[in-house]
Amino acid sequence: MDFLNAIVALANFVIVPGMAYGAQLALGALGVTLIYGILRFSNFAHGDTMAIGTMFVILITWGFQSAGITFGPLPTALLALPFGIALTGLLLIGTDKVVYQFYRQKKVKPVVMVMVSLGVMFIMNGLTRFIIGPGDQRFVDGERFLISAREFKAMTGLKEGLAIKTSQGLTVVTAVIVVAILFWFLNRTRTGKSMRAYSDNEDLALLSGINPERVVLYTWLIVAALATVAGTLYGLDKSFKPFTYFQLLLPIFAAAIVGGLGNPLGAIAGGFVIAFSEVTITYAFKKVANYLLPEALAPDGLAQLMSTDYKFAVSFSILIIVLLFKPTGLFKGQSV
Amino acid sequence: MTRRDALLFLFVGLLILLTGFFQSWNTALVILNMGLISAILALGVNLQWGLAGLFNVGIMGFVALGGLAAVITSMPANGEEWSQGGFRVLAGLLLGAGTILAAIMTFQRLPKGGTRTLSMLAILIGGFFLFRYVFDGGVEAIEAVNPASTGYLGGLGLPVLLAWPVGGLLAAGAAWVIGKTALGLRSDYLAIATLGIAEIIISVMKNEEWLSRGVKNVVGLPRPIGVPREVDLQSSATFVENAAKFGLDPATASTLYVKLGYAVFFTIVLLVLLWLSQMALNSPWGRMMRAIRDNEVAAEAMGKDVTKRHLQIFILGSAICGIAGAMMTTLDGQLTPTSYQPLRYTFLIWVMVIVGGSGNNFGSVLGGFLIWILWVQVEPIGLAFMTLITAGMSDGYWLKDHLIESAAHMRLLTMGVVLLLVLRFSPRGLIPER
Repeated sequence: MDFLNAIVALANFVIVPGMAYGAQLALGALGVTLIYGILRFSNFAHGDTMAIGTMFVILITWGFQSAGITFGPLPTALLALPFGIALTGLLLIGTDKVVYQFYRQKKVKPVVMVMVSLGVMFIMNGLTRFIIGPGDQRFVDGERFLISAREFKAMTGLKEGLAIKTSQGLTVVTAVIVVAILFWFLNRTRTGKSMRAYSDNEDLALLSGINPERVVLYTWLIVAALATVAGTLYGLDKSFKPFTYFQLLLPIFAAAIVGGLGNPLGAIAGGFVIAFSEVTITYAFKKVANYLLPEALAPDGLAQLMSTDYKFAVSFSILIIVLLFKPTGLFKGQSV
Repeated sequence: MTRRDALLFLFVGLLILLTGFFQSWNTALVILNMGLISAILALGVNLQWGLAGLFNVGIMGFVALGGLAAVITSMPANGEEWSQGGFRVLAGLLLGAGTILAAIMTFQRLPKGGTRTLSMLAILIGGFFLFRYVFDGGVEAIEAVNPASTGYLGGLGLPVLLAWPVGGLLAAGAAWVIGKTALGLRSDYLAIATLGIAEIIISVMKNEEWLSRGVKNVVGLPRPIGVPREVDLQSSATFVENAAKFGLDPATASTLYVKLGYAVFFTIVLLVLLWLSQMALNSPWGRMMRAIRDNEVAAEAMGKDVTKRHLQIFILGSAICGIAGAMMTTLDGQLTPTSYQPLRYTFLIWVMVIVGGSGNNFGSVLGGFLIWILWVQVEPIGLAFMTLITAGMSDGYWLKDHLIESAAHMRLLTMGVVLLLVLRFSPRGLIPER
């Protein structure tokens, strides 16, 4: 019984949150990795793209809520998501036409592109704060839990409860669907294949008549979708605050690099590696240890490896270890 | 310096004077002092970017390390905290460093294979728990002493001016660690690694209360020689008399006097660093750096060790940022870890370097001043602008309130637009490289 309790406690505090966070990071890292693979620069504006996409979703959600439209037990934000994606897509394509296209045609060094993305980051950050403000925003509605701790206890008779938030379940399901569609698109459709060809070898792709502007256009659209979905899911699961999204940049980049920049599969694996390490290392294992160990051996302290304030240090350390031992990432990524 | 450059500098001086005449001389001196520090920061970043093409997005971290240096150099030591747990914390830190060293040694000495990985892991995990056991006890003991007013180890009680070079050293140490791992790989990796280290330095400073009181802040840092406290000036009869001769009341006069005192120190540091940077730029070493920046492959073929040179210049540039950080904390008289924001301390400096002209030291100095003035003045201008366009709306209308409230966020937007416009239409900046 104690063993089961320990497993449930672990699932409740480590596995379930880790899965949800991992899915969010994976979606974010997919966006970064796609831009890296096809447009060949590290997009520092990605965190703020997620923020601005989520902001669109929140504004539309509020509109729906005040008009009395809801999505039953599911959050209304899901209904608003397609509109948010469309707006973000328009914004990103506009940004590309006004900003990035010029440098792409001049074939500047990647590091100049990074600098340009820094400028875009400033503007997006400013716009988000300007429109919705720098504070926390709540836009969650619908059922809060798939299974609440009390229901679980009544159902199983265990001492530990397992709570799964709707947002957590939703995150995993949505992430699976989005990734499935993305891989189908990249591997089965003509446009997807031309995107991969362009990423593998630009010159060869141009020779075989692939229109680069079309490839770039589709990339931005996909990135808009990925960023908005990732941002909205994160916001539903935790809360929306522009600065938090900017800070997500570090774990997202860590995930993309750990998996190998430019490799979509790697980005997903990297997202989960980073998320689980963060959650495991900052979790206080006292409860689990109390169930598993005999009383004499039970820990005095929280049995926490690092305080939660250092979660950035975790993703950073993993990043450094990967850079030291396997600079191209766990899965083979590109390198320029 | 051409005549155009000189005119640009005159323009900046004029802007500061105008602030003095139209707003207040105190504001003008505040802008001048922070402008001087910004110029030094921009010089440091220009060394890395302009001379070597290295992309450092962790400036905030190096600035914060400088601030930490100001505390640990100049604050008096807290004897009771030291006797309670100071040496235990030191022992813990030594153990931690020893563990990492042992792991590195194992990695280098043992042949590749399962034994090496296992023994490395064993050393790291065992070392970590040992470190936590020794370290945590010490930290608890220190933080339990008088938590409302001290509860940290304090510093060495040295003159605060010494903190400036110490800040440079601390930043250089951090830069060495980052540079060792991330340089020699792809250029973006350095950017991401520096972004990470900056966040970590800030979170260490927020959480390690035994070191610098964390979010409880350290206040009342000592002042450099020649910069007295305002209260002392106001109670000195001769000072009040002299102030009256200029027609100033003692309170204003004392704040002006103190700010001028800082300005003198900062100007000296800026001039020295500027002179050194100019010498470096025009020396054979500077030419080699630019050659490496322009064509790494060719420079490598000529026998230059690109990674080593990059490491060297990365450390130098970061050290300058550390010095500026220590100066900034000295100016504020307090260390507040929560005030370090990446947009303000990292990305703003980048805008300064790009706008001023990367690769030109005078350009960076100019950019430092100009963008700082813009940063300070955008808020009142933005507010005035918003008040103007909402003048026709009735009071209490939601859009009016929202627009006026959001004027504070105009800064980021303006900086982004300025950066993009300069990158697009004048990528070489106001004073281009020559």
